[in-house]
Amino acid sequence: MTEQGAVMPEKILEVRDLVTQVATSTGPKTVVDGLSFDLHRGETLCIAGESGSGKSMTSLSIMGLLPQPMAKVAGGKVLLRGDDLLKLPERAMRDIRGNKIAMIFQEPMTSLNPVLTIGRQLGEAISTHDPMPGSKVRSRALAVLKQVRISEPEKRLKQYPHELSGGMRQRVMIAMALACNPDVLIADEPTTALDVTIQAQILGLMRDLQRDTGTAIILITHDMGVVAEMADRVIVMNQGKAVESGSVTDVFEAPADPYTRGLLAAVPRLGAMTGIDGPASTNGNALVRGMARPLVTVRDLTVRFDIRGGLLQRVQKRVHAVENVSFDIFPGETLSIVGESGCGKSTTGRALMNLLPWQGEVVIDGKEIDAQSRLQTKSVRRNVQMIFQDPYASLDPRMTVGELVAEPLVIHGLAHGSELQDRVEYLFNRVGLPVDAAKRHPHEFSGGQRQRVCIARALSLSPKVIIADESVSALDVSVQAQVLELLGELQAESGISYLFISHDMAVVEQISHRVAVMYMGQVVEIGPRRAVFENPQHPYTKKLMSAVPIPDPRKRREHFSLITGEIPSPVHGLDYQPDYADLTQIGAQHFVARSAIKSAA
Amino acid sequence: MLVLAELVKRKLALLGLIIIVIIAGSALLAPWIAPYDPQNQMFDGLTIEGAPMPPSMQFLLGTDLLGRDLLSRLMYGAQTSLIIGVVANGTAVMIGALVGVIAGFFQGWIGTILMRVTDLMMAFPALLLAIVLAALFKPSLWIVAMVIAMVNWVQVARVIYTETRSLSEREFIEAEWAIGASRFRILFKHMLPHLLSTMVVWATLGIATTVLLEATLSYLGVGVQPPTPSWGNIIFENQTYFTSAPWLVFIPGVAIILLALAFNLVGDALRDILDPTQKGRH
Repeated sequence: MTEQGAVMPEKILEVRDLVTQVATSTGPKTVVDGLSFDLHRGETLCIAGESGSGKSMTSLSIMGLLPQPMAKVAGGKVLLRGDDLLKLPERAMRDIRGNKIAMIFQEPMTSLNPVLTIGRQLGEAISTHDPMPGSKVRSRALAVLKQVRISEPEKRLKQYPHELSGGMRQRVMIAMALACNPDVLIADEPTTALDVTIQAQILGLMRDLQRDTGTAIILITHDMGVVAEMADRVIVMNQGKAVESGSVTDVFEAPADPYTRGLLAAVPRLGAMTGIDGPASTNGNALVRGMARPLVTVRDLTVRFDIRGGLLQRVQKRVHAVENVSFDIFPGETLSIVGESGCGKSTTGRALMNLLPWQGEVVIDGKEIDAQSRLQTKSVRRNVQMIFQDPYASLDPRMTVGELVAEPLVIHGLAHGSELQDRVEYLFNRVGLPVDAAKRHPHEFSGGQRQRVCIARALSLSPKVIIADESVSALDVSVQAQVLELLGELQAESGISYLFISHDMAVVEQISHRVAVMYMGQVVEIGPRRAVFENPQHPYTKKLMSAVPIPDPRKRREHFSLITGEIPSPVHGLDYQPDYADLTQIGAQHFVARSAIKSAA
Repeated sequence: MLVLAELVKRKLALLGLIIIVIIAGSALLAPWIAPYDPQNQMFDGLTIEGAPMPPSMQFLLGTDLLGRDLLSRLMYGAQTSLIIGVVANGTAVMIGALVGVIAGFFQGWIGTILMRVTDLMMAFPALLLAIVLAALFKPSLWIVAMVIAMVNWVQVARVIYTETRSLSEREFIEAEWAIGASRFRILFKHMLPHLLSTMVVWATLGIATTVLLEATLSYLGVGVQPPTPSWGNIIFENQTYFTSAPWLVFIPGVAIILLALAFNLVGDALRDILDPTQKGRH
């Protein structure tokens, strides 16, 4: 399908010089600027770009779903089999939406109505455009659910959205979109909110369905790995303009535009560090550990949450978030914890920060931490700091960033007056922010700048360990690369250690000395990065690696056979005894869980 | 001062400010600028048939059933109504906010007790409670204000409680714990500023209802005692003559609405001005 054969497939959608404008206080701003493309039957067109590039606005313009009255299409044509959609009245557009052009959104939870069963919602999608008797609607709904290969489809019809996992919900969304056999399917970041193994399953599903039905797909994504995996043709957008378009191999192998080249260069590639010992920031040198004493020692860390219910609010079930996790972090080292959502990686980080109750033993820089108190001695706090995932949510929006960076120093009584001023200025310089930015509030900064503020804040106490919980996941790739570079520089300079928590295998490969893989609240594999990435031993680690989409269209996977199934729930009854996985050493500092292999495979 | 300058820049807020200044000014200066004594039942204040006089050059807003000048009574009544509106409602918001914040922030058994007490107060008919309280103490202006405060804090406590709880789940509060901030600091430096806008909204919205609750109490004989005028009791005294003398109900009604509107306008503007995240967005 990649190469256009001698017989040109039927042209379905034709977009010509599309211009979309958004009203701002300073007059209309053009967010899509003269975009043109064709879409043929059975083809997948990827629109790639970073946030603010206008890729989502393009899809909303085609669907006629622009937020009124702020945004409007200011010019151009959108021809669906020759009819200009922009000229159609709203009533006629309703017939097109869902019927001829269907859409899948990013967040499968919020796109489904939580108070209606899956069957009702699917039935509605079917009967709106094609009225038919109830029993036929039901059998059709069942048929599309089977088509998206959801387990136990009969049972799903009676279930509500919250009873389904994220991956299943996205399958239901796809089923709804396909219910009326649309000509065009617009998928706006369909897998961004999903785990990699689920993402691989959904992408595989979309590819198979397209082969069966011939639906043309417009896939909107920021993830170049997904683009390489799925696209026949690619349009790269930047600030409303298409800067590059062409077949997927051309764009990836011979990008003509400097922006595309920069974007592709910034994308972390899994496997890029093969054969190299240390992280990218150290020019690949491994850490010479010698006889160093571990900076952080964690032994048998366990975190469980009670679920209360019933009339008397008694504990009925428990979430086994983290079970018997042990690891060390050495000075100057980056230890990464990888795993999918719900594996307990974030909980581990938060337990180390004493943000939730835990059991076990944690020693930081020779001092044991009291598990009971959120208000533990400040001197221990000073040694561990945290950078959160969402830089906007983790900064008090009512304070200026100068106050925010100064705050830890004030709390710990480390500096005041002009000294405080100097320290803050130094920190701003260190993380690459202009000093005069200190008087502004967080909302006036971009995502990357906000994360720099968070880093400055964490650095202000000169901690020995920084816990970075998905700290670059919310950032665009180019910004992400800069922030990772900054973290690397800081480590090289001051010998700080990082506990880097992430779901992104490619990023982890770039920056870690050692890697721990978590699954179901336990560490299933831990070892030097090179050993874990080049010689993964645990089946779950292997599965995780194979699920990552590679940003190279020549390495496209033909089938996703290895990746099936979903992560089981960590919620158990009160009498549940966890099955602890003993770690066996298989190489230099490389440990793998043996006993839990069965459940993960 | 900066806040005031910002306020004056906004047209609607300025309008509200002007109304408040006029009402407060006429309340303060009533002894000097009121055309008549509000208690004086004037002989020429009634028609030959003994009916109240409609607005005229002599009585700008007409007279009431006993021949008293309505304008003078409104000016003196403004004293009572402003005190009730501002003091009673202010106290109610303070109590409610305090209870809500403590319950929401500390949760645990303190929170449970405080919130169950709030629920109890909510279940209790407010008017009945006010009548009992007012009957226990000798009714005076300040007692009435306190009674109203005791009745009105519950809704505020509920709202502030929920908001505090959701605030304490926010990531930036967690980030504060992570850098080692004390409870005191988190509560006063990071949570209260976020609750301020809700408090301002409740403080301004509550003024109209408070003034009316005072009127109800006065009507039932446990509020401000006649002949002291208040806007509420002017309406209630005269409501039966609504058809023959509509100005007696209409004019004090408009006064209450204007006061409430003015406080709302100023409150809205204040909320935006005090919120730095709204900068450059209005």
